[in-house]
Amino acid sequence: MNAFIDFIMGPMVWIAFLIFILGLILKLVMIIKDVNARESYVYSYLTWKHSLRSIFAWLIPFFPQSTKQSPIFYSISYIFHLLLFIVPIFLMSHIVLVNEAFQVSWMALDDGVADILTLVVIFALVFFAIRRMMVPEVKYLTSFTDYILILIVALPFITGFLAYHQFFLYRWMVIAHVISGEMMLILIPFSRFSHMIVAPLTRAYIGSEFGNVRHAKDW
Amino acid sequence: MSEDIKIKDKSPVVKEKNTDEAVESGLAKLTPERIKNTINQVLQDETGPRFKAYVETCMHCGLCAEACLYFLSNDRDPSYSPAGKVKQTIWGMLEKKGEVSIDFLRRAVHIAQTECNVCKRCAMYCPFGIDVAYLMLLVRRICHKLEITPLYIQDTVNSHSATMNQMWVKEDEWIDTLQWQEEDAREEFEDLRIPLDKTGADVMYSVIAPEPKFQAGLLYQAATIMHAAGIDWTMPSSPGWDNSNMAMFTGDNEISGRIARAFYETAARLKVKRIVMGECGHAFRSTYDVGNRWIGWAMPPFEVVHALEFYHELLTEGRITIAEKFKKTVTLHDPCNVSRGRGLHDMAREVTNMVCESFVDMTPNREHNFCCGAGGGVINCGPPYKGERMINNRAKADQLRATGAEVLIAPCHNCHSGLEDIVEHYDLNMEVKFLGDIIFETMEKKIYKPGEPGELK
Repeated sequence: MNAFIDFIMGPMVWIAFLIFILGLILKLVMIIKDVNARESYVYSYLTWKHSLRSIFAWLIPFFPQSTKQSPIFYSISYIFHLLLFIVPIFLMSHIVLVNEAFQVSWMALDDGVADILTLVVIFALVFFAIRRMMVPEVKYLTSFTDYILILIVALPFITGFLAYHQFFLYRWMVIAHVISGEMMLILIPFSRFSHMIVAPLTRAYIGSEFGNVRHAKDW
Repeated sequence: MSEDIKIKDKSPVVKEKNTDEAVESGLAKLTPERIKNTINQVLQDETGPRFKAYVETCMHCGLCAEACLYFLSNDRDPSYSPAGKVKQTIWGMLEKKGEVSIDFLRRAVHIAQTECNVCKRCAMYCPFGIDVAYLMLLVRRICHKLEITPLYIQDTVNSHSATMNQMWVKEDEWIDTLQWQEEDAREEFEDLRIPLDKTGADVMYSVIAPEPKFQAGLLYQAATIMHAAGIDWTMPSSPGWDNSNMAMFTGDNEISGRIARAFYETAARLKVKRIVMGECGHAFRSTYDVGNRWIGWAMPPFEVVHALEFYHELLTEGRITIAEKFKKTVTLHDPCNVSRGRGLHDMAREVTNMVCESFVDMTPNREHNFCCGAGGGVINCGPPYKGERMINNRAKADQLRATGAEVLIAPCHNCHSGLEDIVEHYDLNMEVKFLGDIIFETMEKKIYKPGEPGELK
């Protein structure tokens, strides 16, 4: 059992990060190769200017019409996506671990603040889940996997929160936290979480089709 | 059987949908083998990473729903939302690996051909920019290959295939109509010509087949405007004069390509400098962005100028002048294929303000305007679907009503016809006009003498 725990806490962390990063890079390379081989017409639309214009326009809160029409969802979604990166990267306990391994460190969030932000992430995920059940047009599209995706993101935050507060089974909570975090990282390139890199590409395409050929805005 | 029930059970609304004899007789001939092979052939061989990205990254967030005229017109029924339509078509096909039932296909062809105008408004509401119109066109492609395309629109494609125009207009009828309009116009304007097959003219003027078929007055108006402006223009007498392209909307890409090729080859034969087209949106989409690509041109081999742009040019250069501005209050409908499709919305407003005294905008407008509900081949599916089209256009009617305008300008044939239906069905008490109608009504119809350059002011 201890060997298993050592593996989870040690090499598996590296493996998870490698799969996450290399998986995304591989995915990107495969998409580009596939475009070259099968859909090179895409390049007759694509321009850097219109691609970046569209991506940036959609990063500005409440700039696109769609975001103005669903302000609550977008507000929560913006905050959620930001915190998804900010909380784990600037968490003191994570920085300590990185420091032990690489002797590098950076500014950390105050633990109390991180604690609240973790709750915000969990709240956002609960909101997404409830929205899936309550809003008819979302419910219509929702399948079981959509809840699984929510759960996969929620687990590292929930277990992290519980582990930090040491409410119960501290040791097991830490293990669950590490496993669920690794699982999330590993799944990113192979699931719809890959929108992390695919969405900028689809945006670039539609931004270019609209901007370059249609001479219209796409936001 | 169990499959059919399962699909129905998943959908909260099972309304009896219209169908027609072409769809039904096509469905009756299908075998499970053919369905499976056709779907998989199209989805595997005719798509690529773009399709993959669209189906694999959609997070099912439902934000596209807000964009869709059909969703809004049907009390926010989720089965009319863009992603909802993808769920009932593409997702189902992928999930079952092409082994879908006849009922599934009956629903799929209905959705793709009559419940989506491929207007691309939803692409502007998806945070990832997923283009549901592209996916619906793929469904149409599958339905075309399965030969279950609705009757009326298939007939226009058959006409394209046989005559290179949409409405079975025979060559002699075409020439005769032009000469008839020329003759009539010459009673009013001395020396007016509709020059046929003139080589090396500045402008080839092209129209869609409904103009000679039943709106010949529009040819008269266009000739008058050309005449007054002193344009060196011509119209082709041979097939290739029709710029419309219904095959583009049934997934019959091969015929769509033939149409575009005949069109450009006609312009090449006449050695014209550029092509000006009448007030049609889908024809612009075909010649500016779709047909040209099918035959290997990223951008059209000729400069293609939509009527809106051309009017703008004539008015700003002073080639035509307005005698007295149009008095009634007008509003303007931005056709998807020239606003969201070519960014001509601001120009359209400038032209409208140059010829009309009182203009009120509708909301939403420009790129965000609601589709007319007729475009993308929907109106071309014909009478069997008109009743539901009117229900599906309710939000459009509300948008029009809110303007309080007396006249509705629709610079696109499809929009014009669809909006006339809406105005009648919803008692909107509006007159639907082309921009050319108003320009013709208000311009100074000076007499141009051959040999004189167009008088520039």
